[in-house]
Amino acid sequence: MAQISLNVNGKTRTVNTDPGTPLLYVLRDDLDLHGPRFGCGLGQCGACTVLMDGNAVRSCVLPVSAAQKRTITTLEGLGSVAHPHPLQAAFIEEQAAQCGYCMNGMVMGAKALLDKNPHPTPAEIKRALNNYICRCGSHLRVIRAIQRASGAQPGKLVTGAVSASSPRA
Amino acid sequence: MNTTAISRRDLLKASGALIVSFSFFGTASQLLAQSEGLSDDGLDPTSLDSWIAVAQDGNITVFTGKVELGTGVVTALAQIVAEELDVPFNKVHMDMGDTAKTIDQGVTAASRTVERGGPQLRQASAAARQELLKLASGRLDAPVEKLTVTDGVVSILDNPARKISYGNLLGGKRFNVKIVAAGIGWDMKVAPGIPAKNPKDYKIVGKSVPRIDLPEKFTGEFTFTQDVRVPGMLHGRVVRPATTVSKPASVDESSIRRIPGVVKIVREGSFVGVVAETEWAAIQAARTLKVAWSTPSKKLPAGPDEIFNYLKDTKSFKDTTPVNRGNLDAGFSQANKKYEATYHWPFQLHGMMAPSCAVADVQGNKATIWTGTQGPFRTRDAVAKLLAIPKGNVHLLYRESSGSYGRLEADDVAEDAALMSRAVGRPVRVQWMREDEHAWDPKGPSQYLTIRAGTDAQGKLIAWDFMDRSFPWTAAEGNALLASNQTGLRATTPGFLNGASGGGQVYTIENQKVVAASIPWVQEDEWPLRTSNLRAPGDLARVFASECFLDEVASALGVDPVQHRLRYIVGDKRPAEVLLAAAKASGWADRPSPTLSSGSRKAGGRGIALANRAGTMIAAVAEVEVDKSTGQVAVQRITLAHDCGLIVNPDGLKNQIEGNIMQGVSRALLEEVLWDENGVKNLDWGSYPVVSYEQIPEVEIVLINRPEMPALGGGEASIVPITAAIGNAIFDAVGARLRQVPFTRERVLGALKS
Repeated sequence: MAQISLNVNGKTRTVNTDPGTPLLYVLRDDLDLHGPRFGCGLGQCGACTVLMDGNAVRSCVLPVSAAQKRTITTLEGLGSVAHPHPLQAAFIEEQAAQCGYCMNGMVMGAKALLDKNPHPTPAEIKRALNNYICRCGSHLRVIRAIQRASGAQPGKLVTGAVSASSPRA
Repeated sequence: MNTTAISRRDLLKASGALIVSFSFFGTASQLLAQSEGLSDDGLDPTSLDSWIAVAQDGNITVFTGKVELGTGVVTALAQIVAEELDVPFNKVHMDMGDTAKTIDQGVTAASRTVERGGPQLRQASAAARQELLKLASGRLDAPVEKLTVTDGVVSILDNPARKISYGNLLGGKRFNVKIVAAGIGWDMKVAPGIPAKNPKDYKIVGKSVPRIDLPEKFTGEFTFTQDVRVPGMLHGRVVRPATTVSKPASVDESSIRRIPGVVKIVREGSFVGVVAETEWAAIQAARTLKVAWSTPSKKLPAGPDEIFNYLKDTKSFKDTTPVNRGNLDAGFSQANKKYEATYHWPFQLHGMMAPSCAVADVQGNKATIWTGTQGPFRTRDAVAKLLAIPKGNVHLLYRESSGSYGRLEADDVAEDAALMSRAVGRPVRVQWMREDEHAWDPKGPSQYLTIRAGTDAQGKLIAWDFMDRSFPWTAAEGNALLASNQTGLRATTPGFLNGASGGGQVYTIENQKVVAASIPWVQEDEWPLRTSNLRAPGDLARVFASECFLDEVASALGVDPVQHRLRYIVGDKRPAEVLLAAAKASGWADRPSPTLSSGSRKAGGRGIALANRAGTMIAAVAEVEVDKSTGQVAVQRITLAHDCGLIVNPDGLKNQIEGNIMQGVSRALLEEVLWDENGVKNLDWGSYPVVSYEQIPEVEIVLINRPEMPALGGGEASIVPITAAIGNAIFDAVGARLRQVPFTRERVLGALKS
């Protein structure tokens, strides 16, 4: 066990833990954050993504010791329902989720993308998020939300209309 | 058809506040309405107070055994209640899946919650409104017929200054009114005689009200099952053999002595788990613990080929025959031309993003369980049986997990948590690791499908003989879940039928038989190829086989696939309307398949498929590009027309349809469980890939709204025709027929060569 000092969402937090513990469990169990989520523990799905010094990293495979002296931002660090970050507001506006469990990864991955490339094309968004898994299939809405957040008109990836049937005799 | 284009954004604007306050947790005033003391049978469904409470501030709490699974039903059900009670949408609070506070309305499944749970809550609301009007009649001294309700305030029609709010009428008190509640679960009829609102007057139902759960899910403020924390809670992990259930011949406790924080190694029967002070200690302990497993009593089948042979050659224990029309022998004897083909469907995973997770607190003969089950009462009963305590002593509190697609009807992990909590006498949170979930997920079963058909001299289908040979759901209601099985409980049924729809019964053919045969699959000891309902169970395979085979016949006859189908749609016009709507929206050209080959390396094609799932009509057109040199298939666009009767929330429905299309593409192109004698081989996302951003199609959706009809199941139905439409599009592109899922490069290249 060791005293580990972390900078999370702008605050310094100290935890007493095994330095080999993946950052995810420290964030969730010691710091009571719900944004980063356990999906695979293998760095494959992206549900645990946090920003470390601005880069999207998979906290489920990152030892907490490697996060010392770095700046960690979680989903909670972006904004809240009362004061959402523009990216979160765009996801809400586009209703870009079903169960929402993977959405931590989508939002954090998008944040890292937009910080480097403020006006990505749909192809660039797809490439940036290709290693984030969404099992419910909210991909198109996520792309639209990121386009919206980037100031672009969300693309017509989904089109269609509600047609009113004439009542049958 | 009168088509009006309404943008999603307009609909969202029209529905008012984007962020709606919402709470799963009842307040004191909400709880006032609840009965005291629970019998094993729970609350009384014939008491109106079991369903609805009105607080002094006018807030309405609805108590429902239905649960939000991430599909938006909490929003849709709240819309139905708000509509019927004439209260603002944001005054409605849904208290879901608490076995001490809600009525068992059956499992939440099959995208049919709005269809079944909706009318139950609507009628309870209508009964509540009727009672509130009676109370208002006395207080305002006016007959009920002269009263009107706006935003939860009752006023006199010709004297609107005289008014009283619901909160002032009843606030915090009980209705103390009996209503009719006949039948159980999905089939329960609640207050059936109470007149409900005419759909023509709907103001909230039919609007794209934003999902009430979503904002918190984008900020980390939402509490998933995985986020539940209880004072004094420990962390548990299961230790299961990779293969079939063998017994832990010996457990070397010293192997984890050096891991600090381990509290206990829990052993009961062949169940092994570890409990530790921290999650990381539990994970390390479960990984490190040395268990010598006995040689399995039974070997897994050698692989998919052996499974298909087993399905083909084993006698069914139950045949379900949804259609048996005319005389097949006579039909085939009159046939001018005969066709036959065999189709194969693999085992597939639910693949929840969140591995199973639950928290249990077992104290003496009482237990509290927090879990993401699709059947709160089913899990409650299973835990009670496992612990040998009365059902009423188990209090289950539903907390939403990730999308489960059927997987959490068999809520294994709640049992794991209960066993571990009992063993240590403290609350224990158990989360499966990814490999536990992939290995022990009760999978969507393999299916072996054979079809024969005959056409007459005019090219008309006159004989259709469809046989689906499939496994039942072994991890179904009444059968022991994993931990129960490991501690000695055994299955009491052969399992639940894997559905029977989609075998061509959307069409009428003179001599027609559709059979779904259940092949025995219950094992004395659970093995990783246990089965359960996976989204639209069985229908994907049956529609894949029947709709692709229909195209095989159409191609042989040289007719257009849409025209071919229309010929056999008799009576109900709804299947024809969705078929034509999808064709039109996709720009369908009337011609036979395959298209003329361009000779270039990449070829494009389109295919269509139609399905009827529990009355919901769906047609999908897939447009694909096939690389003939590599066998790579890219699905470029899916156009889908969807008719589920009355639409409650158009954007919510489109969201579900989009998701089902993506999952449909994933299951058609990528997903197959592989195993050998040593167990399941796909234990992570690398070895069981699902659709990624760079593989998704564009989507066009046509919603057909029928306010004159009841609301049927929406969403899940739309996954059903996707595989067939893609299969038909591949054939259209390159003239090669794929009869086995998934459509891997190897299979496409193989079909191109044959």
